[in-house]
Amino acid sequence: MSNSKNIDAVNAAIDANHHLKGALLPILHQVQKSLGHIPADQVGVIAKALNLSRAEVHGVISFYHSFTTSPHGSNVIEVCRAESCQAMGGREIEATVKNALGVNFEETTECGGFTLEPVYCLGNCACSPAVKINSQIYGRVTSDSVVSLIDDLKQTRGQK
Amino acid sequence: MPRIYIPQDSSAISVGADAVADRLVEKLEVNPSNKKVELVRNGSRGLFWLEPMIEVETDAGRVAYGPVRADDVDSLIEQGLLEGKQDHPLCLGLTEDIPYLKSQQRLTFRRAGLIDPLSITDYQAHDGFKGLKRAITMSCKACVDEVKDSGLRGRGGAAFPTGIKWQTVLDAGTAGDQKYIACNADEGDSGTFADRLQMEADPFALIEGMVIAGISVGADMGYIYLREEYPHAHAILEQAIAIASSSNFLGQDILGSGKNFYIEVRLGAKAYICGEETSMLESLEGKRGEVRAKPPLPALEGLFGKPTVVNNVLSLSSVPIIFAEGADYYKNFGMGKSRGTMPFQLAGNLKRPGLVELGFGVTLHSLLYDYGGGSATGRPLRAVQVGGPLGTYLPESQWQVEMDYEQLAAIKGVLGHGGLVAFDDTVDMSQQARFSMEFCALESCGKCTPCRIGSVRGVEVIDKICANENRESNLDLLNSLCDTMENASLCAMGGMTPFPVRSALEYFGDDFK
Repeated sequence: MSNSKNIDAVNAAIDANHHLKGALLPILHQVQKSLGHIPADQVGVIAKALNLSRAEVHGVISFYHSFTTSPHGSNVIEVCRAESCQAMGGREIEATVKNALGVNFEETTECGGFTLEPVYCLGNCACSPAVKINSQIYGRVTSDSVVSLIDDLKQTRGQK
Repeated sequence: MPRIYIPQDSSAISVGADAVADRLVEKLEVNPSNKKVELVRNGSRGLFWLEPMIEVETDAGRVAYGPVRADDVDSLIEQGLLEGKQDHPLCLGLTEDIPYLKSQQRLTFRRAGLIDPLSITDYQAHDGFKGLKRAITMSCKACVDEVKDSGLRGRGGAAFPTGIKWQTVLDAGTAGDQKYIACNADEGDSGTFADRLQMEADPFALIEGMVIAGISVGADMGYIYLREEYPHAHAILEQAIAIASSSNFLGQDILGSGKNFYIEVRLGAKAYICGEETSMLESLEGKRGEVRAKPPLPALEGLFGKPTVVNNVLSLSSVPIIFAEGADYYKNFGMGKSRGTMPFQLAGNLKRPGLVELGFGVTLHSLLYDYGGGSATGRPLRAVQVGGPLGTYLPESQWQVEMDYEQLAAIKGVLGHGGLVAFDDTVDMSQQARFSMEFCALESCGKCTPCRIGSVRGVEVIDKICANENRESNLDLLNSLCDTMENASLCAMGGMTPFPVRSALEYFGDDFK
């Protein structure tokens, strides 16, 4: 990813949001969304725009689970680990997905195809257990149905 | 023209509602004689085990079918779906007659699933903005008194009287000072989804509630702090705000009252602690979501240091009906000091999970069996966590408790945000207790030691107890650790994490051997 792309994305996020009160989170959200992460070398730029220290901006990035400083895989799989899903076999789903991808939580597969993340409640508790694959939430999943969703994605990647 | 309803609720979509809608549209386009159908993407009725649930408008009322899969659509149409015929095996009869729904007391959720969430005409046809129209004719004091008289208490979990909070903000500062309404939509508790359902099914009710709050206390700016995990709710709220603004229910000189009120949605960034009100304010200000010490109360020095009403989505969404029907109407539901209705959320291992809004006082047993239908797995239910991840695990011996704030407190329980998570007899309660500590360690903001370090030590001690390592002394240690966390934490995160842990030990001690 070219550095100029990073600079453009960060400047666009600053321009779109700096007038807001408490603008830091909206800026970070926009950068995370457009680049898939918040490049470490852009922290100073954001800090300067908001008259904050780099430490303050870094502190905010590291506090929230949503903000990452390195890019994740091309697909992000989130498995709900919270109580309602636990009650409906969530722990088994967790184990199945880890096994299918060969990674643990907060890891990316070697090929860069998948990042596995835990999530603590998708608000889908009346259709537990739930997983989120990229932007789509799936409810009432089973080990088999999740594996088949992952296999579909693997195949799509293979064809590319 | 027949109207067909298919929910756009995120849970309904998670089990295939979009595919059902796509298939239906495809079928209708193939056969031009069927084309005269209006498809409405409504919110969910909250009968989630029946989702995706399709409804068809008929002269007798709306007829429901569910749970419908995309490949059921062909046979449904063949068997008279468009005419609302009731022969298909998936037909549930008239929606309003489904016992689960019929026996509820829907006040806050009275429009959920009934209307097109983004039709302001639909909203007004179902008493929408009736409360606001009344509120703009009243004085600030009369508005605040109305909320006080209704007995409404904070539905986010703390159950603080909403009217008293509003009064404090009304009295704070001098006339003309900047004040804020901050809506807490960071619904992070597992087993809860009522805020999401409300925002996706009836977003104008939340907007109306916030405008009334603003008018009542003299605030002209409101923020909705929405968790990032709710992208559908986000999209719907943004559209609803734009529609309400262009119809003069929001913005400048609302309905010619001379009052202004604006709303912005701000997204959280996956931090459970930001559901704590002071942490949420820090996050709204663009900072780390670290809990603030109280005092000062947010009502006096809240967002950006200004007097701020911090209310949950459900509290604010209950305000319109209080103003539309009057405080007495609302107060007549419920029991004791818990007035009005509570949207209970049935989750986990239940046959019929969903939203059940009833006056306070229904027994937990009734919610689990009359509504929930017992376990989904068919095995006996064993434990129910009431009130989210910081709530007590209750065994069968406690299920006769009447669900109100005081009755639950009497058995060391909390109602929290109204979520129930049921577990069958395969649950290992030592692992649930361990998870409570683990979750606290993961989500602690780190500001106070009992929570930040106590939770980490808690996981270790529970592991030692389960491994039978110095069992007795480690049990003493866990108890003492829980005392410290309960008494010395800055907020409810560290202060209440011991609730599920201690109840697991007290009622399910054998699981720790």
